[in-house]
Amino acid sequence: MADILAALAAAGPSASWPDHLVETCRRSTGVTGVGLALVDRTGVSGIVAATPGVGRELEDLQFSLGEGPCTEASLSGRPVLCSDLADDGGARWPAFAREAERAGVSAAFTFPLQVGAVALGVLDLYRSETGPLHGTHLSEAVAHADAAVAVLLHLQGRDDETGGTGLADLADRRAVVHQAAGMVSVQLGVEVTDALRALRAHAWAHDRSIGDVAGDVVARRLRFHDSGSGTAGDTEVRDPGPGPGGEPA
Amino acid sequence: MITREELIADAFVQLADTLVAEFDVLDFLHVLVDRAVELLDADAGGIMLADQRGGLEVMAASSHEAHLVELFELQNEEGPCLEAFRTGQAVTRPDPAAMRASWPAFTTRLEEAGFASAQAVPMRLRDEVIGALNVFRVAPGALGDPDMKLARALADIGTISLLQERSVRARDRLAEQLQGALNSRVLIEQAKGVLAERGGLEVGQAFRALRDHARRSGTPLAEVASAVVHGRLRLER
Repeated sequence: MADILAALAAAGPSASWPDHLVETCRRSTGVTGVGLALVDRTGVSGIVAATPGVGRELEDLQFSLGEGPCTEASLSGRPVLCSDLADDGGARWPAFAREAERAGVSAAFTFPLQVGAVALGVLDLYRSETGPLHGTHLSEAVAHADAAVAVLLHLQGRDDETGGTGLADLADRRAVVHQAAGMVSVQLGVEVTDALRALRAHAWAHDRSIGDVAGDVVARRLRFHDSGSGTAGDTEVRDPGPGPGGEPA
Repeated sequence: MITREELIADAFVQLADTLVAEFDVLDFLHVLVDRAVELLDADAGGIMLADQRGGLEVMAASSHEAHLVELFELQNEEGPCLEAFRTGQAVTRPDPAAMRASWPAFTTRLEEAGFASAQAVPMRLRDEVIGALNVFRVAPGALGDPDMKLARALADIGTISLLQERSVRARDRLAEQLQGALNSRVLIEQAKGVLAERGGLEVGQAFRALRDHARRSGTPLAEVASAVVHGRLRLER
């Protein structure tokens, strides 16, 4: 995952990352087309990037039909791996399965892009051959989904000053990072994704790792304050010294 | 006086009861860990599952205190869980010296946390190892054969629980469930943080509050966590 992000950051400006991501994902998972879409409670709300041809065509299809693995993955918070659309896709999404087959797609694998409670979007993989996504193809797909989460979070943080450095911080899965994000979301009165970005920005500004910063937050050695400008990146640090019940560093 | 056999039977009946429709896989794995700790006369335990990212993630633990979670996360480098996962075999060591020889850094942290021994058994699905059940004990030394067998049976039930739901192909279903559970885990960490901050709790207490509410209200743990993070539910006093 870190390699994928490093390659993206080296490839060009952040606006080009989604296009690069769907293309490297397609190549490393052996599928025919890949799409990256945003979702909200009602379904696909926008297409961020898609590989030309099948990828673009099927993303548009899910968007216009309002039906397909996208919605299901995003609502359930887990991947939808349909290795044979003709077999079990028809019952789940009749219109989508029919149109997908017409476009020559026989299998669809959709990965929800979410950070705990917040659903950001989905990564859709379409393949012309039936069969499961095997071994390295599956792990590559998951790695690209993680990378896509980091990219979407980064692109949403418009006031971001970090450039492409520390992008992998946004896909850190350690318990302490997400506990800290939960705490900071309350401290700043923002969503957990904004809190995660604030943690990353703080780590970047102080040249520390996000894990260390998160550890300080959970041990209550560090608090974030809303400076009043309403931006989560504006933080002020108070060091209360080693508090009672502080965790070992 | 309840015999050990009765305790074991009770545990399996309770686990089987939980494995019905609408069951909550995260809560189930926590019940499983609690039962494993009790039956194996251990002092703490947890389940780590492999995700397709190539790492092991803590899915359930007998307590969510920071030092315990750290003992699991450390096992992405070394430790009985990683060994059980890599070899597909049950892992135990006769004494602290043997543990130290195999896992120097892990053993140091284990002892700092107040434990003297650690065992792990793999969770396997046919030829695939999907994770491991891990227990820590204050007493030194290996677990006996009957206990290791029991641990393996409990680990197998954990595997079965991940295969519940929906009639898609087994391999697809396992990957779907696993990734879904891993997503829920991040969600639960966020909820622990939100609760800890609002209620001035330690993260371990925050987890117990989440779990108690899920149990009392018959709501899946992930749903409770989501409501807490989105501010729809307030559990703090």
